[in-house]
Amino acid sequence: MEKFTTLSAIAAALPEANIDTDKIIPARFLKTTQRTGLGRHAFDAMRYREDGSENPDFVLNREPWRKAEILITFDNLGCGSSREHAPWALLDFGIRCVIAPSFADIFFNNCFKNGILPISLPREVCERLMDDASMGENARLTVDLARQVVIRPDGEEVSFDIDPFRKHLLLEGLDDIGQTLQHEQGITRYENREHQEKSWMPSIHID
Amino acid sequence: MAPRTLFDKIWDDHVVETLPDGTSILYIDRHLVHEVTSPQAFEGLRLAGRRLRHPERTIAVVDHNVPTSDRTQPIEEPESRNQIETLERNVKEFGVPYFPLLSANQGIVHVVGPEQGISLPGMTIVCGDSHTSTHGAMGSLAFGIGTSEVEHVMATQTILQKPAKNMRVTVEGVPGHGVSAKDIMLAIIGRIGTAGGTGHVIEFAGSAIRGLDMAGRMTLCNMSIEAGARAGLVAPDETTFEYVRGRPFAPKGEDFDRAVAYWKTLATDEGAHFDKEVTLRAEDISPTLTWGTSPETVLPISGTVPDPAQEPDEARRAQMQRMLDYMGLEAGQAIAGTPVDVVFIGSCTNSRIEDLRAAARVAEGRKVAQGVRAMIVPGSGNVKRQAEEEGLDKVFLDAGFEWREAGCSMCLGMNPDRLTPGQRCASTSNRNFEGRQGPGGRTHLLSPAMAAAAAVTGCLTDVRELV
Ligand code: SF4
Repeated sequence: MEKFTTLSAIAAALPEANIDTDKIIPARFLKTTQRTGLGRHAFDAMRYREDGSENPDFVLNREPWRKAEILITFDNLGCGSSREHAPWALLDFGIRCVIAPSFADIFFNNCFKNGILPISLPREVCERLMDDASMGENARLTVDLARQVVIRPDGEEVSFDIDPFRKHLLLEGLDDIGQTLQHEQGITRYENREHQEKSWMPSIHID
Repeated sequence: MAPRTLFDKIWDDHVVETLPDGTSILYIDRHLVHEVTSPQAFEGLRLAGRRLRHPERTIAVVDHNVPTSDRTQPIEEPESRNQIETLERNVKEFGVPYFPLLSANQGIVHVVGPEQGISLPGMTIVCGDSHTSTHGAMGSLAFGIGTSEVEHVMATQTILQKPAKNMRVTVEGVPGHGVSAKDIMLAIIGRIGTAGGTGHVIEFAGSAIRGLDMAGRMTLCNMSIEAGARAGLVAPDETTFEYVRGRPFAPKGEDFDRAVAYWKTLATDEGAHFDKEVTLRAEDISPTLTWGTSPETVLPISGTVPDPAQEPDEARRAQMQRMLDYMGLEAGQAIAGTPVDVVFIGSCTNSRIEDLRAAARVAEGRKVAQGVRAMIVPGSGNVKRQAEEEGLDKVFLDAGFEWREAGCSMCLGMNPDRLTPGQRCASTSNRNFEGRQGPGGRTHLLSPAMAAAAAVTGCLTDVRELV
């Protein structure tokens, strides 16, 4: 997983609430068996017209937002299906940070697991950041994870909350499995206890 | 010890360790695997040289993109075939128990787990699919996870989680004629909204819930996710134990008795704290359906489509208008009488034998209306077989329904069963987002009986007029 330290990038505004994972990546693109290559289908229904050509009005089809690495939306981003293809599609498109007043639980978790930083900020703040974003190239936003601030183009700093453990994993680019396996002994102890206390627990075997 | 909720008890019982920041390493009893969210997890294990810690706590099935027509033919869509073949290779390589496509045990993962006695009360159950919440009906803590977590569970049999908050939705009373678990759940979502349960696990309680059979409880827990909750739960009781008894992978003999003794300790203690409480009266709930593209946009079948002009909030007003345009509906129109093109009875929400029986009661002796395509997709090969034993297939076929093989089918437009743009569908599934059942498709979520009523009348209809 790539480390996330500071990001100074173009931000794109999608001023909508309840952008669900079907919108981020429609189900018909989930048939891949690999993690990469989904970026070109991100926001498919908004991004392309029926004949397959690009919708020129959609922000991510316009310069400079084609190169956006930060996405700002309204409430409940990533609701709907738990598909991790949603953060993969965002990441493959180039998005490293998503900012919204609130997120759906599973999407929020999945972002962290893929090195995307989800930041939740009050709606008024998101609106101001969207104004910055609309200025494009001239108004990059900077996200400094170590200091937990978003720096606006005029230098104003907006601080955000983040779970310290998740922050540590992102900063170090650490994956969860390696972390958990450090607790191997605890897992084995649990299993031994279960064996005693829930001796009825069946195993699944199919010939 | 302070009084605890059902959720608290299952949680406490599975904590391996709690890390300094409050995240727990939570032990996972059952891991359900399907073809869509697993390939990249297996790929990750392979790359890191890891194995499954407990294949015997894992079960794999194919469901999301299997065709529901003739299974003896090769699968046409190359990408679907690829995902299915990839899963088959992976289960062999990693020694994972698997129900293959041609097995009678194959079906939608959330139908198969309880049906086989793989999902049991008091367990922690995960699957790379949001509707894993379904298994909460067993009185287990069951939730959807992403592919990275699938890999994590495979490698460690644990997951990293912070405890959710407790919410209780109580439904008291006796549901009226024609009102099913689906109507109750749509009414709940209409009441609390799609973010009403965010950050919470919802325990469903009250006399109306106790009175539901396991299929109904599964419908309820299935759609907890549409209410924004992390999971749904119903306390295990005699109905649960009777359901579990004798299932293929359930504990047998003395083991069963020991298990029941433990399961009986799980119910929420008197006086346990809930962070949020909502109460509904079953008598207030009518047959209910959705009019828009969010599961919270519900109406009783006697209702009229709401008018965006009445909505004070500008963003909401715009969203409502967009929904009306997408759905091809006018503000103020009566929802009953709206013609439908397709009827879909299936999905992990409503594809169990009880659901098919409810639909068959309406379909019996009637004909699918001219120009309507109506399909019945049983949730598993076993549900299909049982329905055939009961003669339900005849009822449906005589009425002009399609009688198909088990799978997710038209729930998600990922396999050959999909809507074409502009088609209106009365669907027993759980999601009505734009394009969910196929690009441009218009979905109305409703109960199996209501779906059957729409099939035989050709329009959205109050099922109480038919039965
Ligand atoms: S039936 Fe629909 S909701 Fe259920 S698992 Fe399949 S695709 Fe998901």
